[in-house]
Amino acid sequence: MSRVKQRPGALAVHLLLIPVCALTLYPVLWVIGLALTPHSAHLSAGLWPLPAHASLIHVRELLSSRNSSGELIFIRQLINSLVVATATTAVGVTLSVTAAFALSRFSFPGRQLGMSTLLATQMFPATMMSVPLYAILNRLHLLDSLAGLTIVYATTAIPFCVWMLKGYFDTIPRELEEAALVDGATQGQIFLRVVLPLARPALAVTALFSFMTAWNEFVLAATFIDDQTRFTLPVALQRLVGEYQTEWGQFAAGALLVSAPVMLVFFALQKHLVGGLTAGGVKG
Amino acid sequence: MTDVALRGVHKSFGENPIVRGIDLDVRAGEFTVLVGPSGCGKTTLLRLIAGLEQPDAGDILIGGKRVNDAPPRERGVGMVFQSYALYPHMTVRENLAFALNLRGTSRVEIEQRVREVAEMLELMPLLDRKPKQLSGGQRQRVAIGRAIVRRPDVFLLDEPLSNLDAALRVQMRGELARLHQRLKSTIVYVTHDQVEAMTLATRLAVFDQGKLQQHGAPLELYRRPANRFVAAFLGSPAMNFLRGRYSNGHLAGDGFNVPIGALSATFDGRDLLVGIRPQAMTLAGPDAAVLRGEIEAIERLGNEGFAYLKTPAGPLVARFDGGGAELAVGANAGVQLAPESLHLFDAVSEEALA
Repeated sequence: MSRVKQRPGALAVHLLLIPVCALTLYPVLWVIGLALTPHSAHLSAGLWPLPAHASLIHVRELLSSRNSSGELIFIRQLINSLVVATATTAVGVTLSVTAAFALSRFSFPGRQLGMSTLLATQMFPATMMSVPLYAILNRLHLLDSLAGLTIVYATTAIPFCVWMLKGYFDTIPRELEEAALVDGATQGQIFLRVVLPLARPALAVTALFSFMTAWNEFVLAATFIDDQTRFTLPVALQRLVGEYQTEWGQFAAGALLVSAPVMLVFFALQKHLVGGLTAGGVKG
Repeated sequence: MTDVALRGVHKSFGENPIVRGIDLDVRAGEFTVLVGPSGCGKTTLLRLIAGLEQPDAGDILIGGKRVNDAPPRERGVGMVFQSYALYPHMTVRENLAFALNLRGTSRVEIEQRVREVAEMLELMPLLDRKPKQLSGGQRQRVAIGRAIVRRPDVFLLDEPLSNLDAALRVQMRGELARLHQRLKSTIVYVTHDQVEAMTLATRLAVFDQGKLQQHGAPLELYRRPANRFVAAFLGSPAMNFLRGRYSNGHLAGDGFNVPIGALSATFDGRDLLVGIRPQAMTLAGPDAAVLRGEIEAIERLGNEGFAYLKTPAGPLVARFDGGGAELAVGANAGVQLAPESLHLFDAVSEEALA
């Protein structure tokens, strides 16, 4: 084919991509450098961010840091984040997958209105929602609790997930469901055995989105949670930046630890994500 | 064996009436083909029988039992969809076993019945493949297998061959006919292809605009079409029509006067629509020709062919023997017709006249 022709084009693309990559990765390298620089050497002004003598002391300190009552506080907060993000994903995906299927397949009064409302909720920034959410959580006695935070996160994630999944369900041919109907399946069996397996790419995307929403969220968590033992990692990290003194080394180490799970989830779902982006390729 | 009956069935989508009062009896064990142009309501009728649509009025009976309110799974029907609708995430084996699994059939029996069907349809080497790894013809066979593995009382097939190439279509047509001989089950088959309809059907039901035009054995419909629509729809090339007034053995219209032979005296002075199949209208020399026209197109099939003529009586298609090498587009040609193979229709109602 036109390999010869393609080469100059590919070369140009790579010439463009390599500097962009470097530009993107440079700050990340700085964070890694900070995390690996032992106490003695301070924020150096050199161009190359990685230290000559790397040390994991900040990571060790962070992981073994204890609060006044002797608990391993960072580990505790890590678990909090994992619990909240996992529960948000479970609740968010379960509720939105059923809602999206109904919106995609059945016509009922309020369907259009419901979908517009879901979209409208996406217009308000989290900061704006924090006051009413605070009031609601207060009423429900769910302030300062991981359950309350999970509910808040799930409700923020659901509208996006519903739209995303509905769009995907719309691309699954109805004839597949009709075939299953003639084969003897009930609506429930059709949903579980035909539609859900086919929607795996979209489920992966929505699950990732829900997980990341909960994992990275800071403003609401900082507003609703007071007890240090119930902090999620973003809040915990922010508290490392003190008014008088900041443990930059620990902060950087913490930042890396926070990004690790998201990257892992990304890698795990990579295959499905690509599938999700090329949605619509489902054919009998 | 089970029969299917429709009694005064109506179905509209919004303001659009699609099926307009259909009465139809499909006898047990019969291969019935529903045929008609797109939009004539034949697929909707099939979906009504399957239970995928609900009739607005009328009754649907399967095996003598009214099934209007029964969901598809309680109707004992198997269906093959136009797009095949194979489950893309399942292997061929899982596709075939799906319905049996839902019924809680034992593992041993599922295994045995899947094997049986796979052998019958030559699917054994494909059992572990996914639908996307199959060719069109293979998918088609899996779709048929999925319908027969449950041993339903009635098979519904919706244009099952329309996505296949011509050669494969002919081959699958033969396989379907053999399958019906073997299973002896009731089959309702929808197509817009009159060749499929003629070759497969025990009885044929021709539809147009949501109404049943005629129902009977293929040859009966071909030889004695009930109206102009059926006459024009069955047969290839389509039947020729001459419109004029009959008197004294001649049909006369604007600019033509064709001898069509003696008809009953009751037709004298009456406006008629006369149908002649291209096979009964042949190119003729100057002495024998009853009508002349200009050749607009020629289809040479080798041992015979068809000439498309522009005549004073309208466009006509006439058959010729042999290669037709001497014919040329733009040339003048005459036709003769066989008076014994005329079809007479009322000029207004376009219904057949006895």
